[in-house]
Amino acid sequence: MIIAKAEARGAYDVERIRADFPILGRPVRGRPLIYLDSTASAQKPQSVIDAESEIYATEYANIHRGLYYLSERATERYEASRRTVQRFLNARHAHEVIFTRNTTESINLVAATYGRRFLQPGDEIVITGLEHHSNIVPWQLLREERGIVIKVAPVADDGDVPLEAITGLLTPRTKLVSVAHISNVLGTILPVAEIIRAAHAAGAKVLIDGAQAVMHLPVDVQALDADFYAFSAHKLYGPTGVGVLYGKEDLLNAMPPYQGGGDMIRTVTFEKSTWAPLPQKFEAGTPAIAQVPALAAAIDYVTALGLDRIASHENNLLAYASERLAAVPGLRIIGTTPHKAAVISFALDCAHPHDIAQVLDNAGVAVRAGHHCAQPLMERFGVPATARASFGLYNNRADVDALVAAVTKVQELFGQ
Amino acid sequence: MSDDLRDLYQEVILDHGRHPRNRRMIEDANHHARGENPLCGDKLIVFLKINADGVIEDVSFEGQGCAISTASASLMTEVIVGKSEKQAEELFASFHALATGGEVESSEELEDEMDRLHVLAGVRDYPVRVKCATLAWHTLVAALKDEQKVTTE
Ligand SMILES: Cc1ncc(COP(=O)(O)O)c(C=O)c1O
Repeated sequence: MIIAKAEARGAYDVERIRADFPILGRPVRGRPLIYLDSTASAQKPQSVIDAESEIYATEYANIHRGLYYLSERATERYEASRRTVQRFLNARHAHEVIFTRNTTESINLVAATYGRRFLQPGDEIVITGLEHHSNIVPWQLLREERGIVIKVAPVADDGDVPLEAITGLLTPRTKLVSVAHISNVLGTILPVAEIIRAAHAAGAKVLIDGAQAVMHLPVDVQALDADFYAFSAHKLYGPTGVGVLYGKEDLLNAMPPYQGGGDMIRTVTFEKSTWAPLPQKFEAGTPAIAQVPALAAAIDYVTALGLDRIASHENNLLAYASERLAAVPGLRIIGTTPHKAAVISFALDCAHPHDIAQVLDNAGVAVRAGHHCAQPLMERFGVPATARASFGLYNNRADVDALVAAVTKVQELFGQ
Repeated sequence: MSDDLRDLYQEVILDHGRHPRNRRMIEDANHHARGENPLCGDKLIVFLKINADGVIEDVSFEGQGCAISTASASLMTEVIVGKSEKQAEELFASFHALATGGEVESSEELEDEMDRLHVLAGVRDYPVRVKCATLAWHTLVAALKDEQKVTTE
């Protein structure tokens, strides 16, 4: 890792980096692709694509089962990938890394196991007003079942969630604080280290939804002292179908299994089964054997580039895009806190987000328009939807210029 | 501006999108329904005043949406006023076919109306936008049947 970082210390050559992403070289509707929707899902570098197909082509078999060469190789690759994730998050143990399908499943796992086992009627969970539906609905399902209370920390006008908004909700009954590390709509970076400290002082555990964070900033779960940390591979330039749940060893050990089936047991009789140790206890059934190593390849890719350099590149783009978009008359950026990652949600006086996205698409610019799985947040800002441009490690200033030019077209068309 | 975009956003659509007709409430409406397109957050209400002979005396809508859904609602109110319930349903069927690229069959007496609605035919090339164009119409049908709520998902 250290060697890779040292190698990458040259200038951040975005044009060379773009060449690693085959899809960026393909025309879409006859034009070059301007991809500004990495927040929804990121494009993949060739090394990730190769890692997955290489497994199928050379080392594929089911894992943890076969006493033969291929199965052993596949198992090794799978478990080596777990150690890659461990290093990436700086987890104390590899078995604190559980592979899931995505962030959504990681959060549901915690709700269904930790939540069901340890939360009593009247216990409180604190979330914030900017959460993705996947960090709202699992707790609502738990509320229906267990009679817990969900408290929501309000979002300020600039999109910030100040620490006090959360600490003000902590009570002796607060058992869990579950918050996004970075908002997928506003880009707001939450002060998670301080949130965790305050929550622990109040006796609560903390889950961080890191779906939007792991590609923008280095995460150290031990330094943060996070109890749970969730993310998806596909937003980290990795494959679809793989997510991660980090959990502290003692918590994971105390939790009941999530799903029952193969791989997660030690012994099975019709009277009683006993569980496998971590991490297998939470990985029932055949997992994403070819995709997990591709996640490791994605982590190697961003680590080699250097997350700090990626962040500084993206922050430059964010500053440039914010300035240029703010200069467009009738355009309002939603989420203006200085503590933000490279995500810009905006609305135009003259056009609905759906019409904005349509005209942009016509110009080859892919942005997302809609509620971004955050309907309560849309309500908070009094909009039915927003258009959202988000920047990844491969975006460049030309992408920003194309975005601004296309937004100007929207105005020509609708603004009279 | 490319031609594709001009096909979708014809002048008439832009005009109705900017200045929707009959966007108001009917105080003494005897039918209404709410429509929602959760994908884009569009919501609208269609109001109808139907007389004893089954003729739509007045029709209006309220709500905010994209240019396509607003223009479609606006045009809809213009073409169905004065029609019978049965004609309104026939127009719905024909418009639905027009928007989804199906075979458009309409009786001769409604030909002028279908001609006016033709400006929305461009949505057939944009599957996501078909729902925008048909939301008002689905809501109209719900109002005729006195169903309270429809969604296009
Ligand atoms: C903040 C946040 N949390 C959770 C999710 C859910 O991720 P996934 O769909 O990969 O489960 C997303 C995806 O958009 C997100 O942005």
